[in-house]
Amino acid sequence: MLLVLGVYFIGPIVASVWFTVRRVGGGVTATYYSAIPGADGFADAFLRSLLLAVLTVVLVLLLMIPTVVLVELRLPRLRPTVEILTLLPLVLPPIALVVGVRSVLSWAPDYFYGTPLASAFYALQQPSLPWILVLVYGVLALPFAYRALDAGVRGVDLRTLTEAARGLGASWPRVLATVVVPVLRTSVLNAAFLTVALVMGEFTVANILGFTTFPTWIVQTGGEHPQLSVSVSILSLAITWALLLLISALDRRRPTEEAT
Amino acid sequence: MDPGDVGLSTTLRANAPDPAHQDPARGGDPAAAGPGRAGPRTGARGRRGVPAWLGLVPFFLYITLFLLLPIGAVAVEAFRGTDPVTFATTWSTSSIAQVTQGAYRRAYLGSLELSLIAAVVAAVLGMALAVVIVNARRGRALRRLVLTASGVLANFGGVPLAFAFLATIGNAGVVTALLQNRFGLGLGGFSLYSMTGLGLVYLYFLIPLMVLTIVPALEALRPQWREAAENLGATGRQYWRHVGGPVLLPPVLGATMLLFASSFAAYATAKALVGSSVPLVTLQIANALSSNVVVGSENLGKALALGMVLLVGVVMVFYAWVQRRTQRWLS
Repeated sequence: MLLVLGVYFIGPIVASVWFTVRRVGGGVTATYYSAIPGADGFADAFLRSLLLAVLTVVLVLLLMIPTVVLVELRLPRLRPTVEILTLLPLVLPPIALVVGVRSVLSWAPDYFYGTPLASAFYALQQPSLPWILVLVYGVLALPFAYRALDAGVRGVDLRTLTEAARGLGASWPRVLATVVVPVLRTSVLNAAFLTVALVMGEFTVANILGFTTFPTWIVQTGGEHPQLSVSVSILSLAITWALLLLISALDRRRPTEEAT
Repeated sequence: MDPGDVGLSTTLRANAPDPAHQDPARGGDPAAAGPGRAGPRTGARGRRGVPAWLGLVPFFLYITLFLLLPIGAVAVEAFRGTDPVTFATTWSTSSIAQVTQGAYRRAYLGSLELSLIAAVVAAVLGMALAVVIVNARRGRALRRLVLTASGVLANFGGVPLAFAFLATIGNAGVVTALLQNRFGLGLGGFSLYSMTGLGLVYLYFLIPLMVLTIVPALEALRPQWREAAENLGATGRQYWRHVGGPVLLPPVLGATMLLFASSFAAYATAKALVGSSVPLVTLQIANALSSNVVVGSENLGKALALGMVLLVGVVMVFYAWVQRRTQRWLS
């Protein structure tokens, strides 16, 4: 059974690498990979996705670090509520969420025409930098970010540390910046990497809202240049895997770090 | 949950029911208020008199605006209809009635069937793999390898996965060509662009997901329980019937349910792989939204989305019910 599963899991990866490096007459070539940076629309879509990823990380961390810390230290009674709300996007189909987002966005011309609210709605939907994607990706990233941060908060005695800092006269923002974030740095990195990986691979929301991001660009290209899109897929996989392996390396380091 | 969404595995690993760890973790809420952790409390009010809950306002505001409001909009506007002649919108159940019939009904059934079969097959295979690696005698290296690979592969969804399979057993795939040219065989009637093909692709991220979720639960089965049962004269079957099975049932069901939710919501893989030739509700939603021809197709999309949310909700309620029952049974 292990053998069959092994072939099943390794086969497609080996085959798609072979698909992109074989040459028609025989032999091996790297032309498809060297063609990636110059491909039509690649740089644009890739950089946009990267920017969206960075913005989503900032949003999620700014929102969730204070929330998780506050729930742990001051409002433990609200923990179940916060937990259920953050885990909801895990089972809720993203396509249902994005259908809802679309209909809310369509209120701008329907109900708010000519008001500042409508302009705000339009500002969120600029094709060059669609902020609405950042906001929706933030929701999709909540379960992962919350779990990572919550695990970190439970692993350290945050109460003692923050009380010590407060006792020495530090303000809350200062406590967050100089005590909480450094103590939680592994979890914060964890949450950030997971969010980046999610945004770099997200297709549904961008496709339904009609924006061009890295994954939607891959699908668009796929029809005309199969080799190119497979080689870009392999590249994006390599990026994601590197991020995830980095996380598991960090995870493994953590216990020893805490023991010292 | 779209399988293309990355990081699911890591969340699940933290999320996995783990009896050994669950007590301190779950008990965290009361414990935080109990002795030891609480310390001197200043109440829910800070030193400067600012209520602590004010700090949670951004979180709740964000959730309300970008999670609850869109879902609410879907639920309400699914009941709006557009008149094809006057373009006036009125309250109407025509969209809802429409999605329960014909092609849409087939799409729901197709999605349900595909995700149910894929989830159960992945749960069985993933469970078997997890049992093998947990019980392996020289297990450490194998276990680390399988767990790391699972962590990575569980996140291998969406567009790149579809293209990897296209390059392998698609029409122009490497393996397809090899089988045809070298051995004169085809794929034996198998087509990647069908329900079966899609299921085969889904297993690629569902099996690792199952392994990741269930290994912590298997590890939490203490050897002492088995020894105690054996000392009392229990057979292997009796042990699984009365001890192992009941302990493992909730985590196994929970994991299967997540696999189901994740393949039910899958859109990216299906879209990149089969376009819209297979009846799936996610593909139908996308079609309804992109159609400019049919009047009121936006509302149809909302009705379809509402149906998806309700179906997932029913599955969640069922899971909660099973979990409550097994908990009562265990205690």
